[in-house]
Amino acid sequence: MDSQHLNPSSLKSRFTARFLRALIKINAQKPISSSSPREIFQRYRRIKVAADKSMAYSVRSRRTWSRATLWKLRSQSRRRLASSGRRSSIKTRTTTTTTITTTSTNHRAAIVEKTSHEKENKEDHVGLAVQAEELRELVPGGESMDLCNLLDETAHYIKCLTTQVQVMKKIANLYSLE
Amino acid sequence: MSSRRSRSRQSGASRITDDQIIDLVSKLQQLIPELRGRRPDKVSASKVLQETCNYIRSLHREVDGLSDRLSQLLASTDTDSDQAAIIRSLLM
Repeated sequence: MDSQHLNPSSLKSRFTARFLRALIKINAQKPISSSSPREIFQRYRRIKVAADKSMAYSVRSRRTWSRATLWKLRSQSRRRLASSGRRSSIKTRTTTTTTITTTSTNHRAAIVEKTSHEKENKEDHVGLAVQAEELRELVPGGESMDLCNLLDETAHYIKCLTTQVQVMKKIANLYSLE
Repeated sequence: MSSRRSRSRQSGASRITDDQIIDLVSKLQQLIPELRGRRPDKVSASKVLQETCNYIRSLHREVDGLSDRLSQLLASTDTDSDQAAIIRSLLM
């Protein structure tokens, strides 16, 4: 596992470097009263965005999901810049980049019944298209992919997410050693 | 042989075969801790997709939780560039 760290161009190293730089920047913006709940919440949001953005940037535009993430983040920040000019009382509980939408339980119930005949490959195939709808909502950019691309992108997305979690955990553990 | 017929079911222009889907699904299965050990032919594609969704959701939750934890840690510690340099050297 540690041999990966020695490779400076690995995804993990690229993500770690970017994310750390973002964390340092976020930390530098610390105001005097740094532990009010609102401050902490805003920092939480910034950290989460930084993490997702760092990973998407490390993947660059090689993947549909990373492109979709970067696009979404950019349009979100553009919106926020526009609205901050108006000084409206928008509570910054905006949706984070990875909104967890409600699942279509109706669909799932239907599919569970259908795929009780697991031997039928063809039935499985058609049933998959419907089941994939739930997956489309979870993978950035998933709405516009065909099933093959969706499955392929999902595999890569999961690999990157697990790397992201791994690194964030390590950093949190190191910080909490103080 | 049955893979040819599946083409007509696809509304898109791509010719997706059953074999391709099976390959991709089994590749996904290997990534999910819940299903990793099991034989691919024992796990239905539908189950793989379902577990994939659950797994992605749990990963999202982990990211949320870790972001939260980091925001608290940043608030409590007075980290300066020294510590950041140490962390960087440890992780690289």
